[in-house]
Amino acid sequence: MTPAVRLRLTGLQKSFGATRALRSVSLAIAPGEVHALIGENGAGKSTLMKILSGAHAADAGTMELSSQPYQPENPHDARLKGVAMIYQELNLALHLTAQENILLGAESTRWGCVDQATSRARAQTALEQLGHGGLALDQKAGDFSIAEQQIIEIARALLLQPQVLIMDEPTSSLTQADTEKLFATISRLRAQGVSIIYISHFLEECSRIADRYTVLKDGETVGSGAMKDATLDHLVTLMTGREVKDLYPRTPHQPGAVVLAVKTAVLARFAERNISSGHGASVQPTCSLQVRAGEIFGLAGLIGAGRTDLLRAIFGLDALTRGEVCLIGAPAHAATPRDRWQQGVGFLSENRKEEGLMLNQSIADNLTLTKMNTFGRGGWVQPSRQQRAAQHWVDALRVKCRDSAQTISELSGGNQQKVALARLLEHPAQIFLLDEPTRGIDVGSKAQIYQLVSELAAAGKAVVIVSSYLPELLGLCDTIGVMCRGELTAIRPRADWSETDIMRAATGST
Amino acid sequence: MHATLKTILAKSGPFIGLILVIAFFSLPTETREYFLTYNNFKIIFTQTVIVAIGALGMTMIIVSGGIDLSVGSTIALTSVVGALLIQHGWGPISVLLAVIASGGLIGLLNGSAIAGLRMTPFIITLGTLGVARGSAKWLADNQTVNYDSSPLNSWMTTANPFSHTLPTGVWVALILALLTSLLLRHTVFGRHVFALGSNEATARLCGIATKRLKILIYVLAGCFFGLAGLFQLSRLRQGDPTVAVGLELDIIASVIIGGASLSGGVGTILGSMIGALIMAVLRNGSQQMGWPTYFQEIIIGLVIIVAVFLDRLRQGRAAD
Repeated sequence: MTPAVRLRLTGLQKSFGATRALRSVSLAIAPGEVHALIGENGAGKSTLMKILSGAHAADAGTMELSSQPYQPENPHDARLKGVAMIYQELNLALHLTAQENILLGAESTRWGCVDQATSRARAQTALEQLGHGGLALDQKAGDFSIAEQQIIEIARALLLQPQVLIMDEPTSSLTQADTEKLFATISRLRAQGVSIIYISHFLEECSRIADRYTVLKDGETVGSGAMKDATLDHLVTLMTGREVKDLYPRTPHQPGAVVLAVKTAVLARFAERNISSGHGASVQPTCSLQVRAGEIFGLAGLIGAGRTDLLRAIFGLDALTRGEVCLIGAPAHAATPRDRWQQGVGFLSENRKEEGLMLNQSIADNLTLTKMNTFGRGGWVQPSRQQRAAQHWVDALRVKCRDSAQTISELSGGNQQKVALARLLEHPAQIFLLDEPTRGIDVGSKAQIYQLVSELAAAGKAVVIVSSYLPELLGLCDTIGVMCRGELTAIRPRADWSETDIMRAATGST
Repeated sequence: MHATLKTILAKSGPFIGLILVIAFFSLPTETREYFLTYNNFKIIFTQTVIVAIGALGMTMIIVSGGIDLSVGSTIALTSVVGALLIQHGWGPISVLLAVIASGGLIGLLNGSAIAGLRMTPFIITLGTLGVARGSAKWLADNQTVNYDSSPLNSWMTTANPFSHTLPTGVWVALILALLTSLLLRHTVFGRHVFALGSNEATARLCGIATKRLKILIYVLAGCFFGLAGLFQLSRLRQGDPTVAVGLELDIIASVIIGGASLSGGVGTILGSMIGALIMAVLRNGSQQMGWPTYFQEIIIGLVIIVAVFLDRLRQGRAAD
């Protein structure tokens, strides 16, 4: 007989030194239930997941799995006991095949050698359980798309027949279409009786896929219940402890003169892809756009559609195959990022950890890197002046830190992102190129960044935003352009777009 | 409070190591009488000079996320160049400048290849290690290059016109250490070196000319290696193309013991200098204990491993 409760956590506590990460967390999940775990960054979700997956031990409280005490000694032990975890950052060995990845650490052996036939069958079964039996098992993991890599990772988790599957921000790097497929996979697992803990910042997604929810705030369970009875406003209020009335503020602003123009640019990655023109000849996909001072221009599209490529090409990080980028008051020759900063263009990378920030350096160094030569004469840098400049933005943007000399890796994602954005403000840039500015950060920081972008436009700056989150683009932008496979297909005022229109344009199904 | 204690520990780690090593050799009866004397420390400081000057350049390179394996060969080559120039009757100042310039030239080769061909520093400098060593032997016709006498010969002894307390080399190393430390910490160039080593993509994104910077770093470091070659020449009083084999490992070890990270973005000149001293004290102490050289090698190897392990512990805790 299946117990009514698959996993029950009661009064979990955990401290790191003086920091109380978990004060009192309780949670109950039934078999075959999708349970959304919601909370701002720093609410204790990660700590809770680490305790569940065996990476940390709780200081107090009890955990029961199928009415048995559950105390995993390490992640491997947790897997054997039936709790598997899918991390936000995928953990695949990209040079190994899909099959090798699925069976990693659980290979079928015969006489000490990998038993190919059995291994293959087991990997295949796991994939079929997910409804993806067609995935090429011999292909290297690195050659799959992110969405397929995620399927491989889930298949690995399913290999040991888990009772509970934990998914941390599974859709953060997926496109809308892939998200739909993932939801289908989740529904399938639910039907098979697997309990799923679903962690996401996207509340709309949680309310679609989850049966029940639990909200964490400051290490405590502050609410739980059936998803169908909860409104989004109610969840946000629980998470933040305050009511967020207007997530997308509209500071009145009036677009002025054109400051940035891209003319029939061909992106290097798409130069080989010829599309047929009306007259039977084939042409390369091109992008043309104009951005005005005081305008917020959104770039929508699927992941890999070339939005980031376009932004990087404008900034001189990647070369264009053809076409040109024109800036007011700047010569039209090929530019480097160095030239662009001098021309007043700033770029925020979508990849905070790998490109955006120097993680083991201070907030001040990160914030002022583009203009070191202005903090002293003749090549000297005065750290006090540098720190004063940084402190100004730390205060203005309410970055949670000790002081501007603190190492940036010690901050939460949202606060790191504020520092990355402050670099553009401090420079100061006139044209802001923002690639996924709110990816993976908490609701509070998001609201703050929306407010900031809106104020920038009001102050006459031009802003170009790439985002995969449509409500954000629709809420914030004046104009939205949609990219599809290297081509900027349609540019219209925001009022003329709906989510469905954008998705249609993005998938090329007009 | 807790955090400051940790930073103090992190910063003084190499210093505590140095005190421990000195204490270790001061206690045994065999060495007690002589080890802690002024004369012995004069010898230790003199023995540190070449590694210390090499470590100045190496610290810049390692902080920038690179590595240079060709230092030992560069020192041999530049000392042979210096000896040949003295043979040809060049004056000491011209020799000094020419030797530094030839070190810089090897740095230019390394830097251009690394930045231009986008190859890893490990492979490029492994190549130059062979090229420079071979060139040294070629120039020297596979034997030592001897000359009658030169004012340079006195730069590594106290019997010289500049100083009667410590050899010129020690003073030069000290002054250069001070200058390099200022360069790394308080100039735009220095901050950009840290940025490059911490995250090259960020440096590029923030408008730093990363290629030019890399070349500059290797050229500057090469000049330091050339100067180290000059002191090598001064110490041996002849140009020996087979000298300083494996010295790059001592130099890299000094920098790492001093707290720098091989993945870049972390390191201090003070730390590297203390690291170089620890290496010299270990050698000096082992000799006085009468330990065979193979035993010294084992001990130095273990010290490197322990130093890096302690550093990992420290950083692991800082990350929590």
